[in-house]
Amino acid sequence: MSISVSNISKSYKDVKALQNISFEVNEGELFGLIGPDGAGKTTLFRILTTLLFADEGSATVADYNVVADYKKIRNNVGYMPGKFSLYQDLTVEENLSFFATIFGTTIEENYDLIKEIYLQIEPFKNRRAGKLSGGMKQKLALCCALIHKPKVLFLDEPTTGVDPVSRKEFWEMLKRLQQKGITILVSTPYMDEAELCDRIALLQDGKILEIDTPQAIINHYPKPIFNVGANNMYQLINSLNDYEYNHSVYPFGEFVHYTDNRSDFDPKTLKDYLESKNLTDVVIEKTVATIEDTFMELAKPSFSKTSEHNVK
Amino acid sequence: MLPIIFVLPLLQLIILSNAATFEVKNIKFGYIDNDQSSTSRALIEKFNASTYFDVLTDFSSEAFSNAAMLKGEVDVVVEIPRYFERDLQKEKHINLGVTINAIDGAAAGVENVYITQIVQDFNQHLKVDLMQISDKQVQPINIETIPLFWYNETLNYKTFMVPGILVLLVTMITLFLSGMNIVREKEIGTLEQINVTPIKKSQFIIGKLFPFWVIGMGLLTIGLIIAKIIFDVPMVGSLALMYFYTSIYILVILGIGLFISNFTDTQQQAMFIAWFFMVIFILMSGLFTPIESMPKWAQIITEFNPIKYFVEVMRMVMLKGSGFMDILPQLLKTLLYALVMNGLAVWSYKKTT
Repeated sequence: MSISVSNISKSYKDVKALQNISFEVNEGELFGLIGPDGAGKTTLFRILTTLLFADEGSATVADYNVVADYKKIRNNVGYMPGKFSLYQDLTVEENLSFFATIFGTTIEENYDLIKEIYLQIEPFKNRRAGKLSGGMKQKLALCCALIHKPKVLFLDEPTTGVDPVSRKEFWEMLKRLQQKGITILVSTPYMDEAELCDRIALLQDGKILEIDTPQAIINHYPKPIFNVGANNMYQLINSLNDYEYNHSVYPFGEFVHYTDNRSDFDPKTLKDYLESKNLTDVVIEKTVATIEDTFMELAKPSFSKTSEHNVK
Repeated sequence: MLPIIFVLPLLQLIILSNAATFEVKNIKFGYIDNDQSSTSRALIEKFNASTYFDVLTDFSSEAFSNAAMLKGEVDVVVEIPRYFERDLQKEKHINLGVTINAIDGAAAGVENVYITQIVQDFNQHLKVDLMQISDKQVQPINIETIPLFWYNETLNYKTFMVPGILVLLVTMITLFLSGMNIVREKEIGTLEQINVTPIKKSQFIIGKLFPFWVIGMGLLTIGLIIAKIIFDVPMVGSLALMYFYTSIYILVILGIGLFISNFTDTQQQAMFIAWFFMVIFILMSGLFTPIESMPKWAQIITEFNPIKYFVEVMRMVMLKGSGFMDILPQLLKTLLYALVMNGLAVWSYKKTT
């Protein structure tokens, strides 16, 4: 077992950042922590990377206890904090050799591990890290986190603020690293990225809502889900929210994801209802649930706005 | 950044050493001559001849002189009473009214000394002039003091200000740089990345200290060169000893800086605390006001002021040529201070948050 977390709790004064968290990550797994801002992802990372002590519970990383064997953990993990935290006034190459030296290794020794990523930023190796673009910074930070050949890699929101192309590239890099036997724990607020993980844990308000493979989580979605579209998005959402049989209404790109609380739901009745509200070009088609739908469904009790409608 | 670190302090050294003088010159002098005799005019002429006084105005009455003093047109007013000459000859005794603007107490004290010296000098000559032959037998014997100013014969203030100001610059730069240092990494976030690495606390602290130690020594070198070339400050003692002491002294300051850095979260906080200590250290260092004149409790506090020892040592070695054994007490105290501060800095630096 590469990472094992049992009953971890952590509070900051009155705020309960983590409540009784337990999960396990297998060796060589790409495990995602999915949750909105403030869900406790960073706190969990800081506990696992020995920067923070948990109030309760215990955890091991690469079979070392995070409290007792913290020195060994620091030699065996790579950590990429959410905020870019390399030396901005050192060049790309200087940053890399600096971190290699701190870990008692050299760039050459583990070059094969970072080669693919480093080649992309090599043209800029004499540029200061602070002058790099967002995507480049992420690649450099990943190189620095990998330079000592860690067993476990912690990536805290690595793709936040990175353009879609770089995001895609970044995830491809993670997949390749995983094939080299590195266990990766990654957190992200983006639901679409969750589907790229082997297993994910949905985290909200310091609690784990569900842990499973992305597909299993999608399969858990209890209701048929429909894409609803019309000529006026705003009016469409308002009308759907007012509809007495709605179960959930979430805007999703150019459509609205709609579920109905009747077991014998007929799209025709909804279409009639919407057209009676002066909406035209009404389209209703069945679609598959996404991680986002599942997350919203699981997180529902705390989003009281829509659930109030259901009570009515 | 490096040019700023070096150029600004050296400008300060040049400006402050020339400007921060205890001498008071160009005193605006006024007088009220109620006597209008040759003796009274001779006294005024004495003031006029002095380079310290600008003889400005002859006031006809006290009302005018008071008004001028209020406006700040004069600093000193001497009032010569009526029958000044006659009473001097007859009674051999007369009072002279001196009014000094004491808004700046230090300057007023110095001005008083100047006036007293001029009047005494005038008095001396007057005695000879007024003396009759018959008086010769009863002539009082004057006791005259002839001071010798050792280690600074001409009482050149630059000679003792330059080493002191040099001390301040080395201290300020190293304290601010080290004080802002770790806290800056906290702000940027690089500290978090460093903390998950296996680097040891002591390694990290030494790595943080060493560049500033080098900068401090560099500043001392350039400062000494300027002291020699521009101010021609005598350097009697051993340069090696100065460097040896400074090398230990900078460790104290760096230790204090890192200690501050460990206990603050932002550079602003660190800057504020560093300033707080800096001001106390400077004003209680004996650089501008003698420690001997401080109250007892303040004198005890100065024992914990590293700048005090540095000022003492620099002046002793540069001006007096003190040797290793002479500065040993200061050296030992500084060394102890360095060990304590750096111990605290390493101890208080936590790799967890």
